[in-house]
Order: sequence, then structure tokens, then C-alpha cells
Amino acid sequence: MGITSTKTVAVTGNQAVAEALRQLNPDVMPAYPITPSTGIMESFTTFVSNGKVDTEVILVESEHSAMSACIGASAAGGRVATATSAQGLALMWEMLHIASGYRLPILMALVNRALSAPLNIHGDNSDGMGMRDCGWIQLFSENAQEAYDNTIMAYRIAEHKDVRLPIAVNMDGFIISHSIESMQFIPDAEVKKFLGEYIAIDPLLDIDNPKSIGALVLPDYYMEHKRAQHQAMLNTTKVIKDVSEEFAKLFGRKYNLFETYRLEDAEVVIVALNSAAGTIKDEVDRYREKGVKAGLLKPRVFRPFPYAEVGAALKNAKAVCVMDRADSYGGFGPMFMEIASALFPHRGPVLFNKIYGLGGRDLMPLDVDQVIEETAEVAKTGKVKMMKDYMTLRS
Amino acid sequence: MKQMNWKELPHAGTILKAGNTSEYKTGSWRTYKPRWIEENCIHCMFCWIYCPDTAVTVKDEKMTGFNYDHCKGCGVCAMECPGKKGNKAIVMEEEGK
Repeated sequence: MGITSTKTVAVTGNQAVAEALRQLNPDVMPAYPITPSTGIMESFTTFVSNGKVDTEVILVESEHSAMSACIGASAAGGRVATATSAQGLALMWEMLHIASGYRLPILMALVNRALSAPLNIHGDNSDGMGMRDCGWIQLFSENAQEAYDNTIMAYRIAEHKDVRLPIAVNMDGFIISHSIESMQFIPDAEVKKFLGEYIAIDPLLDIDNPKSIGALVLPDYYMEHKRAQHQAMLNTTKVIKDVSEEFAKLFGRKYNLFETYRLEDAEVVIVALNSAAGTIKDEVDRYREKGVKAGLLKPRVFRPFPYAEVGAALKNAKAVCVMDRADSYGGFGPMFMEIASALFPHRGPVLFNKIYGLGGRDLMPLDVDQVIEETAEVAKTGKVKMMKDYMTLRS
Repeated sequence: MKQMNWKELPHAGTILKAGNTSEYKTGSWRTYKPRWIEENCIHCMFCWIYCPDTAVTVKDEKMTGFNYDHCKGCGVCAMECPGKKGNKAIVMEEEGK
């Protein structure tokens, strides 16, 4: 079967994700809209009002309630989605663990935004990184196209019988959510075919077979439950690869656990998530022209983190700068810690960490140039000046 | 009862058999034990309604005693018991006495 015909459109990241959600047509969508993810619900509720979807939207009184309603609807047997950002996600925290502990394949569109305080509505990855240990699959997207494609693939990954875990699809607030770019939508009928039917495991609405969820588990069983949950995450890696491969065959766009850009023979490597990767690719090209063997690794899957694969991809570099758009005060950036773990088994490159773009601060091409030059210097000397440093900071 | 390993657990820990709590004996949690004094009992069934563990046994609409496999010794029954003429029909006594 050939690659499908697609339509090129100019939309914002929020509109792209809303369009994906329209095509996925969830049964229930509880939400408490928050900047910068508001646009998703704004578009989606228009679809509901115009009868374009069968979804029941529940407008709740808080994000804690939004996630609680997601859990109830999903446990009942429905296909469920929500959208949120920053403080909204933070308020959901308690329920995020319950969604994953109950093994409910809920889809969350997470538009990344800085956490308060100080109050800030702009894009960084603090919210997404903060949900690292909540048991959710976490996909990151560079642009509107990737956010759309990740959303289209999300249920296929989350609902797989070996997985059955909630999934969050991340994109950068404002930079992607509110910027218009050209991208391609897949026709409705083909999304429907790709998505397939959802068959819930042990749904509560199967009233002929009464059951209990959420029972108390004491020290004699709790660890067994947690180990089973870890296994579901480990199983997810292969499912993501398989679903992405099928997606590529049908729709032509290729995705893996991470993207590599001119990484094959690279000695000077940057690791960065999301929208920053676009800027970094341009600068990698510029430095390649100057004869610097620069390259980029852009993670797509943050949980389950593909340690072995990332380690193998980076082990031959001379120096790696991990750029984090989130911080851990008193520690390294969250992505740095993963990359360091991935490289631990190898006699790998020299590593260092840059924190950038917090609270939506721009990452300009010249800023990236500085990082490439510093990384090239580290590759040459093997010496790191500052293991963790802040970019574009006034000092 | 042989305990399941992590691979044998039901999906998401869901309890698929309704009413299987009765198989889980909680009597060993008790430090105080309710004792029934039959002559003071008016069979009002307050103890039966209040017991959180359905550990009050009843036959033909009459209170007949306690299921000590499940009674956790919380004492709610003794607290609620109106008794007869000021004399309780349920009293809590320390285990092992």
C-alpha cells in the first residue's frame, strides 16, 4: 500500500493536536483549560458543538477533578483524553499515579509551560519533567507535525495489551502551541483505520461481572504491583517502535525512540528536546560546513527512557552537552541525569549540562553556536569548565 | 495461602471475584475482643448495622455472636449497643485474658 495523500495546512500546534483529537474521537474528555493548552479545548469544544465528534466533554472545577474524571471514565471502559499545562498538571499529580497504577490508557495533551513561582505562563519543560516518576509514557514533539503524529499514535501505544498505561504527548508552550506552521493532516478515514477499536480490560460498566478497583494493598503485595507496572513500561519500548514503523509505512513520516541528526560520525554532540532541536539542527549544519563534526540527539521518548539505545548512539562522541529546558535545583537537569545513566556502562564522552530557556526565554542561533564551540573545546581538551551552567544568564 | 508473584497478579490489581474479602481473615489484628452478654441483648441489630466488617452473626433476626475470623476489635458495636436497663450486651475485653 502506497503512502496516503495528505493535505498541507497552516495551523498552530494547539489546532494540530485538537484536529488529531477530533479524528481520534474519544468517548470522554474531561478538562479544565489552562494556558497555553487552552486552544486545544477551545477548538475541541467547537467540534463537540458542531457535532463533529461523539465525545462527552466534562467541564470540571479543577485539574485534580479533570484527571479524576478521566480515571473514572477510563475505568468504566471509555477512551479518554484531556489537555493541560504547568500548574494544571501539578494539581493532577496525585491522580496521575492512580491513572498509571490502575493501568488506564488515558491520553494527555501536555503543552509544556514553566511552573510557578515566580508566576510565568511561557514554555519550558518543568511540568513534563516533574511527572517523570508518575508512571506515564512521555513523548516529546519538536513541532506541530510531530505533536499531531504523536497524538495520532498515542492510543495505539497506550492501549496495546502489553502496555495499558497512560500517555502524555508534550509540545512546547507558545513556541509550538501558538505559532502557525505548515504541516500535514492525515485523512479522517485513514486515522480511523489506523486507530482501530478499543476493547477495555475489565471495564466497570460490564455490570454482569462485578469487580473492584483501587483496593488497599499492604506491604506483602505492594512491591509485586510496582514491579508489574515497571514491566508494562519496559514492554512499551517495543510497542512504540512497532507502532511508529506501521505509521511510517502508512503515512510516510518516520519516528523512532529518538531522532539523530548528523550523529553518525559526530564528535561534538548536543542533546536537546522539543522545539530547540529545530534551531540546533540549523547550527549543526553551519558548523559542519566549517569542518566541526557536530551532531544532535533529540529524545522523543522520555519514559520509558531508552538507555541502551541512547548509550550506543552517543558512546563514540568525544563531548556531549546535554541541554535542559528544566532544572533540578541542587542537582543536574533531568535530561542530563538520563544521558549520564545511559552512558554509564560505556567508556564514553565527556559530559556537561546547560540549563536554558526557562520561563520561555528564547534560544537564539547564536546561543547554540556558543554551546557548539564550548563542546568542541571540551572535545579537544577533555576538560569541562562548569559541569552545570545556565545559558543566556545575566551575571 | 500461597502468595502470587508479580507475574501472576491480575491486570492492574483488579479484584475480579465479587465478595472475596471473606477469604481475607483480619481477626489477628485484634487487641480487644467483643464479648456478647446474651441476657442483656434486645436484638435491636445496631451492632449488625454498625459493624464495618460484617462480623456480627445473625440467625432468624436474632443476634447470635461474632465471627472472630473477621472482627478487628474496633469496638463500634460495644459503643452503639443500648443494652437492657443500662447494662450493655456487648463489652470489650483485652485479648488473651
